[in-house]
Parts: sequence; structure tokens; C-alpha cells
Amino acid sequence: MYCLSRRLILATLVTLVTLAVAATSPSWAADKLRVVATFTVLGDMVKNVGGERVALTTLVGPDGDAHVYEPTPADARALAQANLVLVNGLGFEGWIDRLVKASGYKGPVVVASEGIALLRTEEDHGHGHGHHHHEAAFDPHAWQDLVNGRLYVINIARALAAADTAHADDYRRRAEAYDRKLVMLDRDIRSRLDGVPAERRKVITSHDAFQYFGRAYGIGFHAPVGLSTEDEPSAGEVAALIRQMRDEGIRTLFVDNITDARLVQQLAREAEAVVGGTLYSDSLSGATGPASTYLDMFRHNASEIVKAFKN
Amino acid sequence: MDIHAALIQPFIEFGFMRRALAACLALSLGCGPAGTLLVLRRMSLVGDALSHAVLPGAAIGFMIAGLSLVVMSFGGFIAGLIVAGLSGLVARVTPQREDASFAAFYLISLALGVLIVSTHGSNVDLMHVLFGTILAVDDTSLLLIVSISTLTLFILAVIGRGLIVECFDPGFLRAVGGPGATVHFVFLVLVVMNLVAGFHALGTLMAVGLMMLPAAAARFWAGEVATLAATSSAIAFVSAYAGLLLSYHVNLPSGPAIILVAGAVYIVSVVAGPRGSLRARFLPLRHLEA
Repeated sequence: MYCLSRRLILATLVTLVTLAVAATSPSWAADKLRVVATFTVLGDMVKNVGGERVALTTLVGPDGDAHVYEPTPADARALAQANLVLVNGLGFEGWIDRLVKASGYKGPVVVASEGIALLRTEEDHGHGHGHHHHEAAFDPHAWQDLVNGRLYVINIARALAAADTAHADDYRRRAEAYDRKLVMLDRDIRSRLDGVPAERRKVITSHDAFQYFGRAYGIGFHAPVGLSTEDEPSAGEVAALIRQMRDEGIRTLFVDNITDARLVQQLAREAEAVVGGTLYSDSLSGATGPASTYLDMFRHNASEIVKAFKN
Repeated sequence: MDIHAALIQPFIEFGFMRRALAACLALSLGCGPAGTLLVLRRMSLVGDALSHAVLPGAAIGFMIAGLSLVVMSFGGFIAGLIVAGLSGLVARVTPQREDASFAAFYLISLALGVLIVSTHGSNVDLMHVLFGTILAVDDTSLLLIVSISTLTLFILAVIGRGLIVECFDPGFLRAVGGPGATVHFVFLVLVVMNLVAGFHALGTLMAVGLMMLPAAAARFWAGEVATLAATSSAIAFVSAYAGLLLSYHVNLPSGPAIILVAGAVYIVSVVAGPRGSLRARFLPLRHLEA
């Protein structure tokens, strides 16, 4: 009975999957370059560089977490039909190798972060998605530095040009135009941070994704001691965090993944600190959110941080 | 570690510890008598039922006013009141007992709440917003808890005699023309009010646990209703103090730590309390000799 029902379920599943694959015809326009990007930041860059010439599929959507993503059969199908696959690399998408193998995709897999100056991950994140970084010795969140972002764009343009040589000039021109916007934003952020004294540039954040941002603009991003999970905190953890802020003179808090907003207010009151808004790290927001493109995300994060510093 | 550093220093160094302790004191004062009466009236599980019953009210509050704690708590209060009122009514008008009618109405309410949340779903976790932690008690929450405790004590002082008579002999009060149903309903309002304030400020576990565990433990220490209430208030406060210190020194989540201390007090009371405990029952001779 047991064996039979297991076999039945298996047979049903196989049939359903086959039907699903057969029933959905490829939705790609035939003449476009079919590109798969793993997450929204890469996807937005591809959109900017590729424009109309590219039919883009982004695997991990807005507000999704690429660290813990579970690929779907639709992803495998998109990969199987792609001309080019773009990944961040640095262990960010731990699932991509298996997905590529499973889909039977034989084309190039281009690592967008190729050639950047890497940052080592700290020994112990102890929070958020830290446990997914065990194998990765380097911090994968390299796009949180606009200089790296420019390198991403160069890599993407090169990959698109190689996959679609007929329009190589087109991609290069678009990449250059996009690059100018990145440079301007970087200059803008630097000028806005100019007035902030060095000892004020310290932030407690429960996201472990801003080390590159910190290196670029001379801001210290500190992980909260103890307090970090979404579970109910202990009095000891709250006390340790308050002590850390008092001792190191940190007066800015970005900790929106702590369950209770009132707890964050309490922390701020006790350590005489300012609570900042939401920072976007691993994915863009939806189209209506404040960070729907890479440029917007960066601008949003920077102005939240500057606002908190000047408060 | 010397005694001062272990027992007092955390409350001097950190404002959030002082606030938590003050909230626990106020909560203990109000919950002691309320819990005692619930135990006497065989309504010990009502707190749990109400913690589920508030959901549709809170959800509707959220739909009307967004993430406003005041509106959501008020909605929860109304929902809890409706469930408590209807179950009380059914228990009085029909032969069904109150525990059964409570179960029926809280389940209806819970299902309604889940329905509302999932059809008007936003990805904000309502329960997280609604249920706080004792470490996050701010001035407004503290004021709310203290006011409700004061009001509870005051009203219980006024209607206490009638309530106690009703606990032991509902027929008597009705026979002498006493306001049995009114007294009972006012009491239910008080319980809902205490619980909802507790949920919002401290979390479900804290609110229900601090009300019921000390009251259940007090039964092994005292006999009179007044001493029962005082004992359970004392147990509640001592548990809260010890639990907070445990949470501070050993890094345990504060809600569960406090409730587990109260649970330990209960176990000790069952085993070794002077009245009707296991020890009193199985080793009565030693007691007589002593």
C-alpha cells in the first residue's frame, strides 16, 4: 500500500511536470538576446545596458532573498532557453551551479563581480543569513560600492557584446551612458557626506551587507552585539547592545529586522541614538517602492544614512 | 559577582530594566486578584481563549487605521468583549457550561480573524505588531498598564463581595436578588481589559502566564480569597523580578524566562506548599510532629 501510493504520487508528479513543460511554449521573442540574471540588482543593470535588445528573466524577484532562494522548475526552463546567464558570484547564489547543471544550459555563465577588489567576510556574522556564508571567504555584496557597480556594468556590457556581436557598439554606448549616471551619483553622495565628521560615521546595522558601502565612504558598519535575530530578545542582549553603543559612541541605528519597532525605539532612547529608515541590501524593492532600480536603491540608502548622521 | 552587581545593578544601569520591572509590578497587582477569581470560577483557560479571540478585532483595526497600536488594541478589546459576553450569555441562558461556550465562540472568532487577515493580507505580520515584549515597554505602555491595574483593583474592591459569593454559590446571589449577571459581566470586562493591555505591552505568554500561574500556585499556600489574591500578586512579582535577572545574566528571552520562573514556583508549590500539596498529603506525620 505504502509503496503503491508512493509510486502513484511519483507518477503523477512526473506527468504534471511533463505536461507543464509541454504546455507552456517559449515566451521569448525570437530575435532578442535571452538573458537570465540571478537577482534584481543584476537584472536592472542588464536592462540599462541591454535595453530593448534583451529579453530578461530575473530569477530572484524584488524583495526576495537570493541567499536562501529555492529555484523552481520555471527557472530551469528559463535557463535552458537562455543565450547568456549572469551571476553575481562570490558564493552569493549557492544554488546556481546545480540549477545550471539541472537545466542542461550549455552557454556562458558570466560572473559580474569579476575583477573587483574583494573584501573578506568577517569571521562571525552570527546573524541574518550569516550561516550561508560559511563556504564563501569573501563578502559577496560587492554592488554596495558604486565603483564595483561600474565594473559590473563593464562586465555585463562585454558579455552582452560577446553574445550578440552584431549590436556590440549599441551595448557599449548604453553602458557608457549608464556609467556616467553611476559616477554622478557617487560624486553626489561624497559631497553630501563631506560635512559629517569621522567620529560620527558609525552605524549599527543588523544587515551584514554594507561592508563595501562602508569602505567606499569611510563609514563603520558595526554588527549589533548579541541582538540580531528575529526571535524574542533577552535582557542581556539588549543591555550588551546599549553598552556597545555607549562605549563606541555610535549614535545611528539601522535594525529593521528586529521584530519589535518599539524595542528599537527603546534602544535608541537609552543610547541617545537616531533610528534610521529601511536600507535595501540584497534586492531591489518592487516598482512602487523607493528602491526599484540600482541607482534608486543606492541613492535611497545613502540619503537614509546621511539623514540619520545629520539628525 | 557580588550581590549588588547581580541583583540591583542591572536596574540602575539600564532604563529599560527599570521600566520592565515597573510594568511587571503593576501587572502583578492587577493580575493577582483577577487570576485568583478566574481560578475560583473554574475559568482558568479563558485567558488562552481570549488571546486567540482578539484576532479579528485587531485585524479590522488594522484595516481601518493601518499599523496603529491603539486602534488595533481597541479592536482586539471589542472582539474579546464580544466573545466573553456571548459565551457568558449562553452559559447563563442555556444548560451549556461556560468553558464549552467559550471554546465555541473563541474558535469562531479565531477563524474569522484568520479569514480577514488572509483575504486582506499584507505581508506585515499582524501578530508581531500586536504582541510586544516586556523589554520594549515605553512610557505610553507603562502608563496604560498602570492605569488598568489601578482601575482593576478599584473595581474589584467595589464588586468583590458579590463576585466571591457568586463563585461559590451562584444560586444564592440570585435568590437574594443580587446583581449576579452584572457582576459577572463587569468581571469579564476587567479580565479582557487586563489581557489585551498585557498582549499589547508584553506578549500573549506574559499576559496570560503572569495571570494564571501565580494564581494556580497560590492555592497551595493560602485559603482566604484575599490572601490568595495577595499571595498570587507576590508570586507574580517575585517571578518577574527573578525572570528579568535570569534574562539579563543568562541571555534568555525575557517573556519565557519570567513565565518559567513562575512555573517553577508552581511546581514547588504543588510538591511542597503547606495546603493540600503532595507533601501535605503523603507526609502528614512529619508535619504534625514539627
